[in-house]
Amino acid sequence: MKKRVVITGLGIWSCIGTNIEEVTHSLYNGKSGIGIDPLRTEYGYRSPLTGIVPRPELKGILDRRLRIGMAEEGEYAYMATVEALKNAEIDLEYLEKNEMGIFYGNDSSAKPVIEAHEVMRIKKDTSLLGSGAIFQSMNSTVTMNLSTIFKLKGVNMTISAACASGSHAIGLGYLFIQNGMQDLVLCGGAQETNLYSMASFDALSAFSMRIDEPDKSSRPFDAHRDGLVPSGGAASLILEEYEHAKKRGAPILAEIIGYGVSSNGANISQPSDAGSIIAIERAMKDANISSKDIHYINAHATSTPQGDAYEAIAIDKLFGNSKTPISSTKSMTGHECWMAGASEILYAILMMQNSFIAPNINFETPDEYSAKLNIVAKREDKNIEIFLSNSFGFGGTNSVLIMKKI
Amino acid sequence: MTKEEIKKIVDNFLVEELEIEEKKIVDEALLKDDLGIDSLDFVDVVVIVERYFGFKIKPEEMTNVATLIQFYEYIESKQNAS
Repeated sequence: MKKRVVITGLGIWSCIGTNIEEVTHSLYNGKSGIGIDPLRTEYGYRSPLTGIVPRPELKGILDRRLRIGMAEEGEYAYMATVEALKNAEIDLEYLEKNEMGIFYGNDSSAKPVIEAHEVMRIKKDTSLLGSGAIFQSMNSTVTMNLSTIFKLKGVNMTISAACASGSHAIGLGYLFIQNGMQDLVLCGGAQETNLYSMASFDALSAFSMRIDEPDKSSRPFDAHRDGLVPSGGAASLILEEYEHAKKRGAPILAEIIGYGVSSNGANISQPSDAGSIIAIERAMKDANISSKDIHYINAHATSTPQGDAYEAIAIDKLFGNSKTPISSTKSMTGHECWMAGASEILYAILMMQNSFIAPNINFETPDEYSAKLNIVAKREDKNIEIFLSNSFGFGGTNSVLIMKKI
Repeated sequence: MTKEEIKKIVDNFLVEELEIEEKKIVDEALLKDDLGIDSLDFVDVVVIVERYFGFKIKPEEMTNVATLIQFYEYIESKQNAS
């Protein structure tokens, strides 16, 4: 028999707050975390808009050897994980004696790669790169660092699946616990926000140019949207087998009841309503529920004209009759990319815990697709028993998770 | 660069960059056993020495360098050679 999987800890480091309390406040009040980075224009970006994420100061908290292999996204993930473990009532002594695994979403570590290249270009000598460059440069930088710092002894790997990375990481943690392979898994997603990380994405002209109004630049589903705003940080969630959590006396925040996946098998950058529908239907089948049982949908909607339209078509097909409330928290956070699938689960759990639906800010004028949906433009104080969260990524990777109040 | 100036720079980066406790930094301290400079740290020492003194440590020249005072002397000899 499959085991039940619950969430017992949450931690966040983002542009709308660097702890659960701040983030809850921002979500409740529809506060944007987006601003301007003038260095991006100087560097050659088309758009200087970005989520403004503070850099944690870890000197004095972690010793040099534990810090030196950590890239920026690893630092974000460390801070989020410290909070998640604390909330789950798990300390280092517990982790020394008990097994915890890790699945974390991450799909780039650009800065250390580019900085190493700069050294090579000038010095032409690998021995001047230092000892940390290799551990910072690899996609698995987050999991290799967190597993070392927190003494994790279970499954240990990074999930790279573009903007669905964080969601798949939670989905895989769910499957491992459900099948009895792990009792505790740290899951999440991390996203670097440095200048180097998003230049090639800016090259696609995919970013908003609403530079005069940063807090209005990310406007998923709105007819006047003109592109996404890159953002980042990290979100950590502690997944735990239900009986294990009860035995430990852990705070149980939500239950994962469904995970659905699919791949579009089509265009590398264009989303697909058909692929999205398959993943949503599979998640609902896994959860053994129908569309009318879902009280809230946290949409993937990034504020690009095409992506939002395809998602709106998919949601309308499956939820048109039940008029399920929908919002995209990317309207406040921007697109947290590799982190988004994890952070958006965390945001929606906070809504579920505090009985409100965070607004899809800047949704002022519907287009022909979003007009058919029940998009929550102003915060609604409302009970949520079950929510669904969509995550779609480049290459057509789709991940859908369903969570239940417990 | 004088012996004293070399010592000052080395002691400073051992404390500030390698985060070694100041009280451990004495002439006779063994780099590996007393100061805890392992093989990965040594990769960073090469980078730091290049930055401050402008030459690259060759591992084969370090075979007889075990203590901190020997390390100062090694840097001094490289400085004099250049």
